[in-house]
Amino acid sequence: MVEIVSALEPVYRRGAHGNRDGGSAITLWETQPGSIVQVTSWPGKEGAALAAINAAASLDVTADAGAGVFSDTRSAFGFAPGRWLMVDQAEGMGDTLRDRIDTQTGTVTDLSHGRTAIAIEGERAEWVLSKLFALDFSLAAFPVSVGKSTAHHEFFTLIQRTATDRFDLYVYRSFARSFWQLLCTSAEEVGYTVD
Amino acid sequence: MLIPCPYCGPRDLSEFTYQGDATRVRPDPGSTDQAAWNAYVYDRVNTAGDHSEFWQHSGGCRAHLRIVRSTLTHEVKSVAYARDSIHERSRA
Repeated sequence: MVEIVSALEPVYRRGAHGNRDGGSAITLWETQPGSIVQVTSWPGKEGAALAAINAAASLDVTADAGAGVFSDTRSAFGFAPGRWLMVDQAEGMGDTLRDRIDTQTGTVTDLSHGRTAIAIEGERAEWVLSKLFALDFSLAAFPVSVGKSTAHHEFFTLIQRTATDRFDLYVYRSFARSFWQLLCTSAEEVGYTVD
Repeated sequence: MLIPCPYCGPRDLSEFTYQGDATRVRPDPGSTDQAAWNAYVYDRVNTAGDHSEFWQHSGGCRAHLRIVRSTLTHEVKSVAYARDSIHERSRA
């Protein structure tokens, strides 16, 4: 497979940054999954598409709005009616799903080279993300495993909560470097570590 | 202003794009009735009160919505997927 080169490389500065009073309140890193795949079902075919995703990934995503699941290596969540994002640390999930979802059921779009995946974890993760997105990031409104689609100006972003203090973000690769710099600037106030 | 997207739940206005008056009915594409086309393209009622509108959740799930909004208070009275209302119209 073609090696995926990070879009963040020129601005990815490992180490501790920002306000050092009290150490780093959050940690940022690029997760670099091997597969990022979008599945879209035709109207009325949602159940078949979801069954294919669950069978291919050994997951158990339900049809509820924004419902998601995750494991150490895989995650999936709904982000729009009849649309799901499937993420795998291994390469090849696009081909696997394409084999299982025919054109009468829906479409499979391999976005592995088109999205950048960023994780933000720490006690102030909600605070920092609230600066960027008009979403309620509290645990009650945004439970663990749920996914949401949102935007900060031109940065269309898919977000999945993967722990009480961790969020995984998926942004367009072409905007990723700019978004990363914005995220780092937003985190300076609380202090952050790039892992 | 918050718009309660049927899929995403209540979201900020900044995530949405206004797509126009939902009360207009497009004339038959084969029609040469100049008055009907002129009315379709240019005539607007400018309602003071409940108004039916198309919006897109462009900064979210991308769904096209049909919303009834009070132009006086910005209260959103109802929200539905646009495709559902269009199907209802075509069935009627």
